[in-house]
Amino acid sequence: MNSLYYQKRLSRNIGDKFFTSLSVICALIAILPLIFLVTYILIKGGSQITPELFTLEPNPPGDDLDAGGINPALIGTLIITTIASIIAIPVGVGGGIYLAEYSKGGAFSRFIRFGVNVLAGVPSIIAGVFIYALIVSTKILFGSMYSGLAGGMALSILMLPTVIKTTDEGLKLVPNELRYASLGVGASMYTTILKVTLPSAFRSIATGVVLGIARAAGETAPLIFTALFSYYYITGFGDLFYEMGSLAVLIYNFALEPYDAQNKLAWAASFILVLSILSVNIFARILAAFTEKTKRV
Amino acid sequence: MEEKLTLFKNRKRFGIEKNIDIIFKNTALVLSSFVAIILLGIILVVFFQSFESFSRYGLKFLVTSEWNPVKDEYGAFTAIYGTLVTSFLSLLITIPLGVGTAIFITEDFVPKVFREIIGSFVELLAAIPSVVLGLWAIFVMEPFFRAFFVFLHNFLGWIPLFSTEPTGRNSLLAILILVVMLLPIVTSIARDSLNQVPKKLRNAAYGIGASRWKTIFSVILPAALSGIMAGVLLALGRAMGETMAVTMIIGNSNAFSWSLLSPGYTISSMLANQFGEADGSQVSSLFYAAFVLMILSLVVNIFAQWLVKKFSLKY
Repeated sequence: MNSLYYQKRLSRNIGDKFFTSLSVICALIAILPLIFLVTYILIKGGSQITPELFTLEPNPPGDDLDAGGINPALIGTLIITTIASIIAIPVGVGGGIYLAEYSKGGAFSRFIRFGVNVLAGVPSIIAGVFIYALIVSTKILFGSMYSGLAGGMALSILMLPTVIKTTDEGLKLVPNELRYASLGVGASMYTTILKVTLPSAFRSIATGVVLGIARAAGETAPLIFTALFSYYYITGFGDLFYEMGSLAVLIYNFALEPYDAQNKLAWAASFILVLSILSVNIFARILAAFTEKTKRV
Repeated sequence: MEEKLTLFKNRKRFGIEKNIDIIFKNTALVLSSFVAIILLGIILVVFFQSFESFSRYGLKFLVTSEWNPVKDEYGAFTAIYGTLVTSFLSLLITIPLGVGTAIFITEDFVPKVFREIIGSFVELLAAIPSVVLGLWAIFVMEPFFRAFFVFLHNFLGWIPLFSTEPTGRNSLLAILILVVMLLPIVTSIARDSLNQVPKKLRNAAYGIGASRWKTIFSVILPAALSGIMAGVLLALGRAMGETMAVTMIIGNSNAFSWSLLSPGYTISSMLANQFGEADGSQVSSLFYAAFVLMILSLVVNIFAQWLVKKFSLKY
């Protein structure tokens, strides 16, 4: 009779309590770093934000008084990420279209999908090494060595797998009835893709691509010996062929300087980088959740 | 009737439209093969650049730890050892933490809203650039753990792993920052594979009287094991290739030491440190090291993919 009631002291119930609290502790340990990290960056970096930060060049390390601003690095990050997107988005979306719309699951498409996964796992510094060997050391870009253009190319290698994957998966979610309907009224394959399937998968593809861009904007390893770093304003189109600074490389360089002023600049740059990346991520998440809800209805 | 059929027959597509269709398809084909070209290009370029060093040192490069540009002697043992030790030890800490968190998120201990918030928090951690984690590690983590490391050395100094006096940056800090970076990967993949376990398995276990954790350990975790393993392998690949945070905190010393409390090196941090200023045969040796790193991460990645395909859930 007694055995029908919940017994606290039963070994299985004690064991259950123990493991439950263990998993709660795991979850707490997993979130704590994020909370510490984000609050620390927001406080430490946010307190360094001044209007001059966005307009001045960084001063070369050495005098501890004034580190200047991060204008060239900020513009450099925008330019390098744009170059990477210009290369990776058309190639990735095109490749994804082939995989999702044309391939019939044969050896070629399986090999490409496998390659996409492998390329996604290639360490980011290897992309830098590759572009260094291919472009920087050969001076193939009109005799320039380290350049913003080379940095953008290195980043595009990292973006490419993300873009292909999201396009492929986004298109696969489009119901086949839409394709049949379009082909049935006599549209050709490319009209069907451009006018019907791509637009209906647009939002999920765009979400994935934006997340890929945000990820690339924070990458440092591929840039340290392709784009290098520059202390000077970006003034014109020709600067693409010279060393170009970026927020990520600025943080790396200035974090390792022994001077306090440079360290503070690194914190300020981290604040801007983290704030923009996190807000893009949160925005994309909300958008994705919203899309899912409207689809269900 | 006859008239209608001829009408249909005459309604052919214009030649130009057909050509556009073919061009569009072939362009997509070429663009998708770019992936293969880049992948093969990376492997070939890194291999050929390392050829000089490879033919000079052969496999001896992997087991000697002399790295001397003046004497032109190169061996990457310290870096290879550092890569393997930091990635495996960090994974050892991450697996229980990540899987525990994933279980917490997939079970109904707390209302769904909280679990979803925790889940997306952990995923946001993955979005933070590694260079920022490195900055944080230098200025926050290192001072925070300094006293703990001294304690570790004083009490466990007889173990070779803790035998050196802690002075600033060291391999153990690199392992800890790697844990922070790997947690989101392991947690989110473990959560996805736990979610994929069909509900009826759980109900069956509850039905024959298993307690919650008996169900988790004997039914749900085994069913989700292949997915979790694949996530762990992906995290391992990431840990091996991770560059910035590790470079900033590991201390970058090529002197070999068993101790985790002494500065160390990994292949990727060696590349980040020396590539910009290297010349002559040092460049070739660095390419050789890069080739080793690439092979390591390729093997891990391909194995992970094979595992997913071979053991994916068949319910």
